[in-house]
Amino acid sequence: MYIREGGYAMATEILMPALSPTMEEGTLAKWLVKEGDTVSAGDILAEIETDKATMEFEAVDEGTVGKLLVAEGTEGVKVNTPIAVLLEEGESADDIGKAAKKAQPEAASADAGAEAAPEPQANGASEATAPAVAAIRAAEPPKPDWPEGTPMKSMTVREALREAMAEEMRADDTVFLMGEEVGEYQGAYKISQGLLDEFGARRVVDTPITEAGFTGIGVGAAWGGLRPIVEFMTFNFSMQAIDHLINSAAKTLYMSGGQMPCPIVFRGPNGAAARVAAQHSQCYAAWYSHIPGLKVVMPYSAADAKGLLKSAIRDPNPVVFLENEILYGRSFDVPQLEDFTVPIGKARIARTGTDVTLVSFGIGMTYALEAAEKLAENGIEAEVIDLRTIRPMDTETILNSVRKTNRLVTIEEGFPQSSVGNFITSVVMEQAFDYLDAPVINLCGKDVPMPYAANLEKLALVTTAEVIEAVKKVTYR
Amino acid sequence: MAARKPAGKPNISGDDLRKYYREMLLIRRFEEKAGQLYGMGLIGGFCHLYIGQEAVVVGLAAASKDGDKQITSYRDHGHMLATGMDPKGVMAELTGREGGYSKGKGGSMHMFSREKHFYGGHGIVGAQVPLGAGLAFADKYKGNDSVTFTYFGDGAANQGQVYEAYNMAQLWNLPVVFVIENNQYAMGTSTKRSSKSPNLWERGAAYGIKGEMVDGMDVLAVKAAGEKAVAACRAGDGPYILEMMTYRYRGHSMSDPAKYRTREEVQKMREERDPIDRVRELLTTGGHASDDDLKAIDKEIKAIVNEAAEFSKDSPEPDVSELWTDVYT
Repeated sequence: MYIREGGYAMATEILMPALSPTMEEGTLAKWLVKEGDTVSAGDILAEIETDKATMEFEAVDEGTVGKLLVAEGTEGVKVNTPIAVLLEEGESADDIGKAAKKAQPEAASADAGAEAAPEPQANGASEATAPAVAAIRAAEPPKPDWPEGTPMKSMTVREALREAMAEEMRADDTVFLMGEEVGEYQGAYKISQGLLDEFGARRVVDTPITEAGFTGIGVGAAWGGLRPIVEFMTFNFSMQAIDHLINSAAKTLYMSGGQMPCPIVFRGPNGAAARVAAQHSQCYAAWYSHIPGLKVVMPYSAADAKGLLKSAIRDPNPVVFLENEILYGRSFDVPQLEDFTVPIGKARIARTGTDVTLVSFGIGMTYALEAAEKLAENGIEAEVIDLRTIRPMDTETILNSVRKTNRLVTIEEGFPQSSVGNFITSVVMEQAFDYLDAPVINLCGKDVPMPYAANLEKLALVTTAEVIEAVKKVTYR
Repeated sequence: MAARKPAGKPNISGDDLRKYYREMLLIRRFEEKAGQLYGMGLIGGFCHLYIGQEAVVVGLAAASKDGDKQITSYRDHGHMLATGMDPKGVMAELTGREGGYSKGKGGSMHMFSREKHFYGGHGIVGAQVPLGAGLAFADKYKGNDSVTFTYFGDGAANQGQVYEAYNMAQLWNLPVVFVIENNQYAMGTSTKRSSKSPNLWERGAAYGIKGEMVDGMDVLAVKAAGEKAVAACRAGDGPYILEMMTYRYRGHSMSDPAKYRTREEVQKMREERDPIDRVRELLTTGGHASDDDLKAIDKEIKAIVNEAAEFSKDSPEPDVSELWTDVYT
């Protein structure tokens, strides 16, 4: 519902619409009506640019455009912000004020149901942007992946991924991208925007919706001497093709006694987005990390997304590259280097600390970093490790940290049984048992298929509050 | 089964006939030896013999040129020998020894030779079909004129990904020949019990892919059809489907008692349709080879196979350090 009724015989406010599951704000690109115009239902009022696409926005009622509240070209217009007022017959512009004052945000009723949740965030998955970014900047990573003094540029994870692909495609003609909607549509999530224009249909290959088939073709093409990047519209769809990832891509080098390397990247969004329910909200980090022969990468920041994707494309082994839709639109500083790469298999200490080690990856870093900031206010200094690569895992960095802090909490969105955290725990128990002062806690998504209802979805995801609670438990506070 | 065409007088040289005879005989004798070694416990696990189907790979090898690629399922020994891979290396892989093509780590179902453009050796029924289309995709991308022969059986022909691959292969005009080796049984299920439409090659028509049914027991018919298919692919008019009507004399694998068909059915096929007997007949009736010539070929093949068997027994098991190699490169 984008239209808010001000009341009987009163002006109707038109609100900024949410045009995708993860959209929180957008750009009001263009008004197609002006004040005083009469519109009927179905008329296009404006063009709205989201992080994924430019969409036309239609009127659902008839009336006269009383006032345009947001000028065209305005960026960062939050969803549900009034952007115009529609007058019904007999109303005048004088009624506008009443409408605005009386209206209540639509979202209020939806939020009421969420009050039972222990975590008071409006949306655990997506509202932590600002503090998380702040935390990253406040942290003092002991070893950044670039030389001191390197000029930095703020860019979104989406732009970083696109740059990585474009740079590698420019450098190596055997690199090509294939998948659903990667070309003419410009990418279902706009990751491949512009690549078709630059590289042409030979190297940016739109496929039919046949994951098993095109993944098999990708693996065969890798054996045939190319370096395919296979995009899954989401990793949930990779289940249609998992046989080719595991039985064809991962195992053939071994089965051939080393003759048949398979340089291929499988990439796409993984894990929960927002309100897309069980079949579209699952983290496959633990699944793929089970398989010898695969490398599994799951970046959090834009710099890592870029540097790791470039490394993945160059890697002679099959790499599962797990992205996150909610992170696509977040901005981070990325070093402006001619050829910036991040090595696969190296964790990053995102924040140094002495009291507890938090290990996470991907969007889980949002909660880890936010919790670390809040814990610091209470005098608990958490060391936060961004795993970045799940396989091969940099267990040394984890062990070194645990030997220092003696306490460990892992954070991920995947299911609890046989989780990545479970594996980390076993490694720590085997190799640093005597250093532990408390049992390790593995925080995961809840052991249920992802529910659709907003309040239940919040409860199903891991939260910053849970991280804080777990840290207090392992530090006996 | 396609009706056997009258033999007539084939337009083929004695040298070529002798070559096909020799290659088919090598596969037959190799497989018989593999069966023996299996019985002796020297070969383990699954072992799927190719006996009866030899004309398919030998005929298509004759229609291909260097650089063309092959990929197939787990019934792969014949394909490897037809590409010219060393029988010693193949047999040593069957016995799981260091001298095998995969250093003993792949076994009967998983062997490869980049040098001979043989891309396996795949154990998941139907998976090799998009993989083969992918090899062809790479050739087209690189702009060469190589063709990929993608072999699969009548059982795989019912897998969904086969049709995903058909669609994309035709959509992108990939230079791939889909070779359906219809030996009439998917393990123990006859095509009659598994496939509503009996002509598997016709399914390609739904995608606009040209194809035909071929007598897969006749090496010359196979070669002729292969040449047509390859020419289409090289001309940018691929893909192409060849349904090879063939028959396996042995069970699905060594452990298959083959109770799903009668002894008489197998016997009849061996007596009336055997691809090797057929060429032997052409050689003798055409005056291309004397009995002594044929004996000499038999002797030579026997020596090659015995040598392979000895090698496969003498080659040591892989070093224990090999457990950990080749996981990543």
